[in-house]
Amino acid sequence: MNQNTDGRRPLLKAMGLTKYFGDRVGCRNITFDLWPGEVLGIVGESGSGKTTLLNLLSGQLVETKGTVKYSLAGKDLVDLNQLPAPQKRYLMRTEWGLVRQNPKEGLRMQVSAGANVGERLMALGIRHYGTIRSEVVKWFERVEIDVARIDDLPETFSGGMLQRLQIARNLVTQPRLVLMDEPTGGLDVSIQASLLDLLRRLVSELNLSLIIVTHDLAVARLLAHRLLVMRQGEVVESGLTDQVLDDPHHPYTQLLVSSVLHS
Amino acid sequence: MDIKLRVEEIQKAFVLHLQGGMVLPVLSGVNLIVHAGECVALSGPSGIGKSTLLRILYANYKPDRGNVWVEHRGEWVNLLQAKPYRILEIRRSTIGYVSQFLRVIPRVPAIEIVMEPLRNLGYPPQECRLQAEAMLRRLNIPERLWTISPTLFSGGEQQRINISRSFICPFSILLLDEPTAALDDQNRKIVIELIQEAKTRGAAVVGVFHDREVKEAVSTRTFDIPKEKIS
Repeated sequence: MNQNTDGRRPLLKAMGLTKYFGDRVGCRNITFDLWPGEVLGIVGESGSGKTTLLNLLSGQLVETKGTVKYSLAGKDLVDLNQLPAPQKRYLMRTEWGLVRQNPKEGLRMQVSAGANVGERLMALGIRHYGTIRSEVVKWFERVEIDVARIDDLPETFSGGMLQRLQIARNLVTQPRLVLMDEPTGGLDVSIQASLLDLLRRLVSELNLSLIIVTHDLAVARLLAHRLLVMRQGEVVESGLTDQVLDDPHHPYTQLLVSSVLHS
Repeated sequence: MDIKLRVEEIQKAFVLHLQGGMVLPVLSGVNLIVHAGECVALSGPSGIGKSTLLRILYANYKPDRGNVWVEHRGEWVNLLQAKPYRILEIRRSTIGYVSQFLRVIPRVPAIEIVMEPLRNLGYPPQECRLQAEAMLRRLNIPERLWTISPTLFSGGEQQRINISRSFICPFSILLLDEPTAALDDQNRKIVIELIQEAKTRGAAVVGVFHDREVKEAVSTRTFDIPKEKIS
């Protein structure tokens, strides 16, 4: 009896991911599997290497060493570096999503809010205007942006609304994996709460896999099934979220956990 | 009678790195077997490790050594070696845990919190809602509170939401850490009933019960946590 596998295949496999910036370590020897429907939180303070790791995964940086394999279209794992660049870019807009900390960097500010969501569908080859419009409306409702704002330019949106719009833009293509970088960073606390609530519901409704980088342990606890704790470029501890936060073993994890103000 | 839970040689010491690496040994070599229909009351003085053991059985704490075997979907799985997604699956369908505190997620209404375990198992929303309503009624949570987030509830009300959530699924293993804390007489009796019903349907229950009335009503035997061996 093999209790640890049952024919399930990881969605993503990172092996020995390492990035040096000259002599400086960005991140070193990062290895993990991500399973379908899992939310993986990567936590650590500034300089931990978590953003470098996210940038490696999203293809914005090229690794010094190591590989990332992904189950393309649900089939066998493919080494992302073996994919031709256009195919990799296509992947990032369809099966993957990337929600950046600053939503303005993840949106096209010069086209309407609706177009920001709709153009992702057009990139998939969907041409029928009526179909696109109704999908956009559906997503606006799902992320709780007033549908009346569809034709407005994003510059008229608040920070929280921009983040919701970025999320809609990324989810409209029904990705299997979404990378998120501090999705609630810089937002007011009440806005954070409602955004986290939205993300929780979306993850459960859509069976999404997420990799979410955050320095905020409360966000990690709420959203992530598993955590990687990073410090100075390395993973110092990993495990189920509640286990890592309630029974931290590594000295750094203990420090992080004890530093959080509980309310 | 079927064995539902097999605990082998559990050893746990806390190492407090922030206190200069101070070592707090808690459990040394705990062994326990629980059968269907049993309710084992963990006993021992405060600080001996009763709650620690319960948390280990839920994979919330990680021991230094030992095995926790649970029967999950017809197979025996070692919780301490299982992959995270497998542990989460086990927590959804096989092992329920009632803690002393409800970790409240803001903005989620009470009824949804109670429905959630059934939703996670794939039951249709309407069915989940009906069962959640029945459970809330049974635990005397007035209907006007169902759509409100338990962040606004009293301690006793929060505990009843906790109970509702953990008893709504027919878990085959139930871990109860002071389930009746903060409850009045009437609600304590209801919890006793719920535990009895779980035992009758074959669940294996392990609990910490400081309340003597509850302990005497539900436990089939007592397990003394062995005092930490001084080596």
